[in-house]
Amino acid sequence: MSTLTKRDWASHAAYISPEYKSTVLRGVSRNLVDIDPELSELTGPAYGAEVLGPLDHDLTKNGQVNGEPQGERIVVSGRVLDENGNPVANTLVEVWQANAAGRYVHKADQHDAPLDPNFLGSGRCLTDANGCYRFYTIKPGAYPWGNHPNAWRPNHIHFSLFGASIASRLVTQMYFPGDPLLALDPIYLSVPQGARERMIADFSIDVTEEGFALGYIFDIVLRGVNATPMED
Amino acid sequence: MSLKQTPSQTVGPYFAYGLTAQQYHYPQTQVATGAMANDETLGERIRILGQVFDGQGQRINDAMIELWQANAAGRFNHPVDARESRPLDPAFKGFGRVGTGTTPDNSFRFDTIKPGVAQDGQAPFISVILFMRGLPNHAYTRLYFSDEASLNAEDPVLNKVEAARRDTLIATRHETSTGVEYRFDIHMQGPHETVFFNF
Repeated sequence: MSTLTKRDWASHAAYISPEYKSTVLRGVSRNLVDIDPELSELTGPAYGAEVLGPLDHDLTKNGQVNGEPQGERIVVSGRVLDENGNPVANTLVEVWQANAAGRYVHKADQHDAPLDPNFLGSGRCLTDANGCYRFYTIKPGAYPWGNHPNAWRPNHIHFSLFGASIASRLVTQMYFPGDPLLALDPIYLSVPQGARERMIADFSIDVTEEGFALGYIFDIVLRGVNATPMED
Repeated sequence: MSLKQTPSQTVGPYFAYGLTAQQYHYPQTQVATGAMANDETLGERIRILGQVFDGQGQRINDAMIELWQANAAGRFNHPVDARESRPLDPAFKGFGRVGTGTTPDNSFRFDTIKPGVAQDGQAPFISVILFMRGLPNHAYTRLYFSDEASLNAEDPVLNKVEAARRDTLIATRHETSTGVEYRFDIHMQGPHETVFFNF
């Protein structure tokens, strides 16, 4: 028998969250249609070491042209678990973020802050057998956006994960503890109180590497997929 | 269950150099593109083209679409599908990823193969996962094929959808001089709002 936990809608934003303005015309407006998970939902793509380059886990190095990127070096690590507390092993973690000045490499970002020639701002890594991942990067800066007057996004790192099947797919954002912009950010606030706090990493002196980089812990919980192989 | 799900957040407007870098001509690589089939892949070559529209009918130029599908024999390339009667195709993974920001009309394009029937009683289909700025949670839908009318009529998932909305899930087949093309537009809202699933 196969089991798949439902999306826990109490842990996620409403599709239309009017304070986050672009949801108004883009969010799903009708009720979702409930279906029973089948093989198509209990399976999904698996990527392994074959998609990793030697520097993909180190954003402080993978974009270097003529020196170190500007900004505060950090190390982000954590465990990817399912809702039962089981590690999600060997799953791909993709990350992207703004540079220390709050500028994205994306060509559409017109924010008047400098690009860093030595920082590309994206990377990926795999979880190990215990569900642990780790990457090195620069603490991203805050940046303004057009949602409302004087709107600024809190510092954040985007995460994309697969897990065991397409049902456990997750795209989220990791925030930093103590950021005063969190209380003003409609994207963060669109997630119900009690759940949104799970997106804030913990500072950790144990993960911090002496003389090198401050450490943060960000554990991620994916939907539980417990599927027994289907045979003929 | 002891742990709670990490909340979802929008992919935002600037995902391209993280998730679809090659398509957008950034120096990084990407794990999956719209080229899902190669010369060795078994099955009928098809092209899937579409656009994503917002609630005012405007084209969305910063959406990302992912496809997941069975191979031509109806087998998923994943350990949970261990059915030897439907052979794996070593030349087909079944996953693709495309953003809508690199074509003048913001269309997405996948070059793949038509999947076989995965389970008896079903019509062939492709799972579609949709991400974009302004979408806090990714949305799941399915792409069915217009030339499979008799199987579509019996498909248990299509039959869960009210009849008037089923067409939003059916890609329209066109035979063109450059091959078989299926048109699959996605409407986030409005009278033709695409059916999205919860499972």
